[in-house]
Amino acid sequence: MGDTSSIQKTVLHDLHVELGAKMVPFAGYNMPVQYPDGIMKEHLATREAAGLFDVSHMGQVVITGDDPAKAIEALIPGDIQALVPGEMRYSFLTNDKGGILDDLIVTRRNNDLFVVVNAACKEQDIKLLTDGLAGQATVTELPDRALIALQGPKAAAVLARFAAEAAEMSFMNYRELDIDGVPCFVTRSGYTGEDGYEISIPNADAVALTRKLLAEEEVSPVGLGARDSLRLEAGLCLYGHDLTEETTPIAGGLIWAISKRRRAEGGFPGAEIIQAEIANKPTTKRVGILPEGRAPAREHTEIADENGNVIGEITSGGFSPSLQAPIAMGYVPLAYSAVGTEINLLVRGKTRRAKVVKMPFVEQRYYRG
Amino acid sequence: MSLKFTEDHEWVLLEGDVATIGVSAYAQEQLGDVVFVEVPEVGAEIAKGDELAVVESVKAASEVYNPIGGEVVAVNEGLEGEPTLVNADPHGEGWFVKLKVSDPSEIAELMDEAAYKTFVEGLD
Repeated sequence: MGDTSSIQKTVLHDLHVELGAKMVPFAGYNMPVQYPDGIMKEHLATREAAGLFDVSHMGQVVITGDDPAKAIEALIPGDIQALVPGEMRYSFLTNDKGGILDDLIVTRRNNDLFVVVNAACKEQDIKLLTDGLAGQATVTELPDRALIALQGPKAAAVLARFAAEAAEMSFMNYRELDIDGVPCFVTRSGYTGEDGYEISIPNADAVALTRKLLAEEEVSPVGLGARDSLRLEAGLCLYGHDLTEETTPIAGGLIWAISKRRRAEGGFPGAEIIQAEIANKPTTKRVGILPEGRAPAREHTEIADENGNVIGEITSGGFSPSLQAPIAMGYVPLAYSAVGTEINLLVRGKTRRAKVVKMPFVEQRYYRG
Repeated sequence: MSLKFTEDHEWVLLEGDVATIGVSAYAQEQLGDVVFVEVPEVGAEIAKGDELAVVESVKAASEVYNPIGGEVVAVNEGLEGEPTLVNADPHGEGWFVKLKVSDPSEIAELMDEAAYKTFVEGLD
């Protein structure tokens, strides 16, 4: 089972255990991979009603300074200066080769930036931000706050019972709301493709508020297993798998996250390489893959052309509970990236046919007001 | 005849020299919703300890190792369309393969139901 001596717990740990969760080590935390309902039911409950996820293992960071929005643009290609307070954007830390060091969400607030980073990259990111912004901005982690996600078509109706204003928010917007009297940072965002919220709660109130939300009829607790299958159906990347230091945002299909101004001006690590890829196209591209039949093709499955030559690799693959079929994403040379291209997957020595398809696999249902 | 079990959570039902093999109720519970089972081809010779099948859940693929050596004489075709049979009826309709066993005496190395129950209780 590995070394559990230094493993951390989120403030909701005991609640997960009480709910019967199967706990597993993930990014240094003991996290619920599933509850007694199992991944399939938890996944479908999120698509049909609402799922509640503990994502407190992720890093919550505040950046203060004279002009933190301008300062952070030296480290990420996101157009943070274009945000008005209360708006947020998906971006990524890049290295000098244009590779991705982590993906993150940046919210511009009245006087600072609120940033959420991946658990596995938390320490690295905080050091990168602290060093990279030295003299211009101060980076402060918020270990005293939990983070939960409430996702699904019923999420808005549920949250509005506790904070009516939540229903007025649009996708990728931020507000500070009292939820059942608790001061929370609320964003209308998520990692499932559904409408929903991520809610940052003071640790002291997190268990009580989570219990209240779970007590609502539409809400089910959902573990990391279904979080992964939901995000894969939504075509969303998992850092360390679909995005790495070796993949550029352009190969990763994330050009939409780099505004015209930032493409033109550059000024972030690896800008020249990324600008050249925008101009000349990348050599490989992340694509959606639909295997034929029912056998899932998992991460690291080799992708081959019609002659059996290996041309790429699957970076995320599994079974889609919504489609009741295997789905995957992976990287292929540009010549094989068009929708409809026939490819082969080498699954445990057997060649299985597959097709390049458009993502998302399941329609995103964000609330845009 | 009664079921025999392995420490890897397979069960074996030996009738004459034909062994029916599947995974235990405990195993299916650990696996969660089964979405695909890859079974070997009829006619394949599979030694004890070699890979016999692969069970896929939403989350992961798990190998099933052959508890008793022999030649595959039948596979459960029903699992192709309905892999959740493994969850619904692991010791019955959810069987994986039937083997013509090379050495039936190997069955003696496996646990009976009571011993397996004790073994599983010791795991939690």
